[in-house]
Amino acid sequence: MREKEQSTIKTNKKEESLKYILASDIGSTTTKTRLFTKINGQWRYMVSGESPTTVEAPYENVIIGLKNAVREIEELTGLEILSDESTIIKMHLNGTPARGVDFFCTTSSAGGGLQMMVGGVIKTITAESAQKAALGAGAIVMDTIAIDDGKADYEKIEKIRLLRPDMILLAGGTDGGTTELVMEIAEIITAAEPKARLGANYDLPLIFAGNKEVRPMIANLMGDKFALSFVDNLRPILEVENIEPARSSIHELFMEHVMSHAPGYQELMKLTDLDIMPTPAGEGIAMQLIASIERKNIIGVGLGGATTNVYSIFDGRFVRSVSANLGMSYSICNVMKETGVKNIMRWVPFDIDEDALVDTMMNKMIRPTTIPFTLKSLLLEHAIAREAIKLGLEHHKTLASRLKGMKTRQKMIGDIMELTLKETYIDMMNCDIIVGTGGLLSHAPNRAQSLLIMIDAFQPEGITKLYQDSVFMMPHLGVLSTVYPKIAWNIFDKDCLVRLGSVIAPVGTAKQGEHVVNITLVMPNNIIFEKEIQFGEIIRVPLPEGLKAKAVISPESNFNIGNGPGMKLETTIEGGVVGVVIDVRGRPLILSENSDWKRTLVKWFNSLNVYPIDFINEL
Amino acid sequence: MEITKDNLEKESSEKAFGYTPGLLVKKEALVRKTRLLPLPGDVLVEKGEKVDFETSVARTVIPGKPLFVKAADILGIKNEDLPPFMVKHVGDTIEKEEIIAKYTPFFGLIKKFVKSPANGVIESISDATGDIVIREPPVSVHVKAYIPGRTIEIIPRMGVIIETHASFIQGIFGIGGERHGELVMAVESIDDELTEEKICSNHKGKILVGGSQITLNALRKAEKQDVCGIIVGGVRGTVLENFLGYKLGVAITGYEDINTTLIVTEGFGKMNMSKSSFNLLKEFEGCEVAINGATQIRAGVIRPEIIIPQEKYFSGVGEMSSQGMRPGALVRITSDPYFGKIGEVINLPVNLQEIETKSKVRVVEVKTDGGNIIVPRANIEIVES
Repeated sequence: MREKEQSTIKTNKKEESLKYILASDIGSTTTKTRLFTKINGQWRYMVSGESPTTVEAPYENVIIGLKNAVREIEELTGLEILSDESTIIKMHLNGTPARGVDFFCTTSSAGGGLQMMVGGVIKTITAESAQKAALGAGAIVMDTIAIDDGKADYEKIEKIRLLRPDMILLAGGTDGGTTELVMEIAEIITAAEPKARLGANYDLPLIFAGNKEVRPMIANLMGDKFALSFVDNLRPILEVENIEPARSSIHELFMEHVMSHAPGYQELMKLTDLDIMPTPAGEGIAMQLIASIERKNIIGVGLGGATTNVYSIFDGRFVRSVSANLGMSYSICNVMKETGVKNIMRWVPFDIDEDALVDTMMNKMIRPTTIPFTLKSLLLEHAIAREAIKLGLEHHKTLASRLKGMKTRQKMIGDIMELTLKETYIDMMNCDIIVGTGGLLSHAPNRAQSLLIMIDAFQPEGITKLYQDSVFMMPHLGVLSTVYPKIAWNIFDKDCLVRLGSVIAPVGTAKQGEHVVNITLVMPNNIIFEKEIQFGEIIRVPLPEGLKAKAVISPESNFNIGNGPGMKLETTIEGGVVGVVIDVRGRPLILSENSDWKRTLVKWFNSLNVYPIDFINEL
Repeated sequence: MEITKDNLEKESSEKAFGYTPGLLVKKEALVRKTRLLPLPGDVLVEKGEKVDFETSVARTVIPGKPLFVKAADILGIKNEDLPPFMVKHVGDTIEKEEIIAKYTPFFGLIKKFVKSPANGVIESISDATGDIVIREPPVSVHVKAYIPGRTIEIIPRMGVIIETHASFIQGIFGIGGERHGELVMAVESIDDELTEEKICSNHKGKILVGGSQITLNALRKAEKQDVCGIIVGGVRGTVLENFLGYKLGVAITGYEDINTTLIVTEGFGKMNMSKSSFNLLKEFEGCEVAINGATQIRAGVIRPEIIIPQEKYFSGVGEMSSQGMRPGALVRITSDPYFGKIGEVINLPVNLQEIETKSKVRVVEVKTDGGNIIVPRANIEIVES
């Protein structure tokens, strides 16, 4: 089921009348503008402009950063896009082709994006459904409260008072179910008197998506304290999860209440031809676009400066998670805190003492717009990226799980709390494609770097294709696709999606050097690649983008490539800019801490030609 | 006190590219601080009134904590039956241990009571949940002037704007909140470490200036001696974590439960304090200064600050504006291998250039003591002086 995004288009231009489209993403660190145009009758990506985002003091106006990014495009193209008043010129149908653009749209995560608090009665049932709805709308979930969340009432209240969310989503109870517990959570929220993040001059939006029979009581309790709205119950019965009404309502309120109070957004809203969309929502649409065109199971990651967003589309089911404090700049120290310095050091092929590593990461946190200037600093960031994605995937799996609460009758709360149905359906053997986007992955100097980061973090199993966003424009194309899907897909296919290649990864473990698999690849020119591969190896076989090879993969009895332990697989493998990677390092990939470890890392890097070999060998 | 938005917008429209503004180090500046209450209340000073560090400029009361009492459970009755058993009602003031509800079935043979857990007022009685909400007494909150000067604007019911002439230094990172004290140089040069031997009992209530870094023992001793604040070039990340007792995840600080505010001017690690900051602080040794370690590197950036109020009036000094990145601008390099080096912008090439990582990025050519170097534009900060 593809998620439907609601967008309000302010113009009614036909595709044929368009010549230039400008799209931007106003990120927490950088404002990224992309210009698209028709080349030989085909819509293509033309050029990028980037500039620091100016949502913060002293600027406090996102328009300044946007203009700076657009000016870069002007310099690089010679086009005149900004008018004398520095507003974006909209080209009229009969306008001069060298001036302005015909359409402008944007996504935004500046200033922390959409930050929500969610509540429900049972943590793993209604509160979790509320969390999914908020995440599905592209929000960051700051906290989840529930009757059984383990916090005392006063702790819940303290927490709510400290948070300043943009919005609250409250669920709880099936229709006709519990009243008392829903009211208990509502009374706690009301008593805490939470304030809106972007100012005390407006009521905090609160969406109630719980037991519909409680609505009059909720209205009575909360009506004059919140901007209250009601939508259909997220869990009308335990067996059904109905997320769409709550998700749509979040988007509407995001525009009405949140964006209109963010610095510079009033002006930005006037400039855009389409509603501003949260960045994760744009990214999510782009991921779904790939899944629907390819008809495959997909896992995607948007590795940003402040957050790590993970998307999965398995058997048509779309789930998005936003890990609010896992990122590569603002939140880089949180990755270090969550995973531990030792786990990061395992990916670093040179000696660095822990104190120095901590200093380096803390300096990145306080100066988040700096970029790696030396290869060593690049390797450090890549090490942290692996751990950030791993943590993001773990978080994602807790949400991409079977619906909980189905096999029980609602009796006592204690009974419900006993439910133990938590199990993810994310199975890497069933994942066909992994997609990466975000500054670090898109701007990696060598595509093999982003490929290996994703392999190490996701640990794909069996045969998996890997794609990457070329210059970070998936959010831009996601929002554009809501009105011009053909244009968006054309650019997406030709200029955005870089087919990195395929990875062949047998599942199992063995001793170093033991035989694992025989692989035969028949290349398009009928050249045959044949190899017996031992445990611990990772190798790269060149196979250009757009070409396919016939593969026969025969694993040992304790390894599985997809057909079961020891079973041969005959299939077709797709190439890419990196080629085919045969990863026989084992699944799960176990990293060692022995003294030879760094040499193993260097061997892996050199085998795929990931970093300049001269430099790596000197480490 | 802000870099004015008008200036920035004008400047940004004149230049091709945005840049990350650097940290301010100003000997003569017009500083304005907006002092606001968390909730509407009373403003206690007049427009034009002279204020000092400790002057209370506004006050309000914030509602006390709500306490939930599961009254129906305690009485053993149904939730909807609670209201008739209430002894006290919504709006009643109550004291701790006072009976607020009682149930005496079987002709009084069984007596069940609900007592208030705290002084306060009954805010609500819910027949849906059987809970009583008791609101603790309101808490009075005062906002102090923080800096000496004059109130130039009253924001009705919310606070004031105070203006003063001062020297002003921004730090890159800090912990601890607003404090004021006498400025004392604890080291002689920018590369000296601030060690525990350099801190003594005479430093109680003072703000000490260190050089390249402060040790963990020195930090602990400073807090024990009630040193009011420390300003230093660098601090090791692990020293800071050990001092706080926890690891920092994101740079949002200012509310730490510590006695000594710490302001770091350059970054993490051993880093010489910039000469301009050090010399400015040295010049005003003995003066009473205001400091705030609060830092927020995210929505609404807040940097730690050192404000040295001046008696004399700086003629011709307007609000602070940024110089922007252009040839001749003084910049600080903010990444290895040149971290901390100061130099002058000599060229801003338009075309992308390949750096050691093989990335192609926009660069800037900077003239330093060690010769001309090329660094990514993203990795420099303007030295705003």
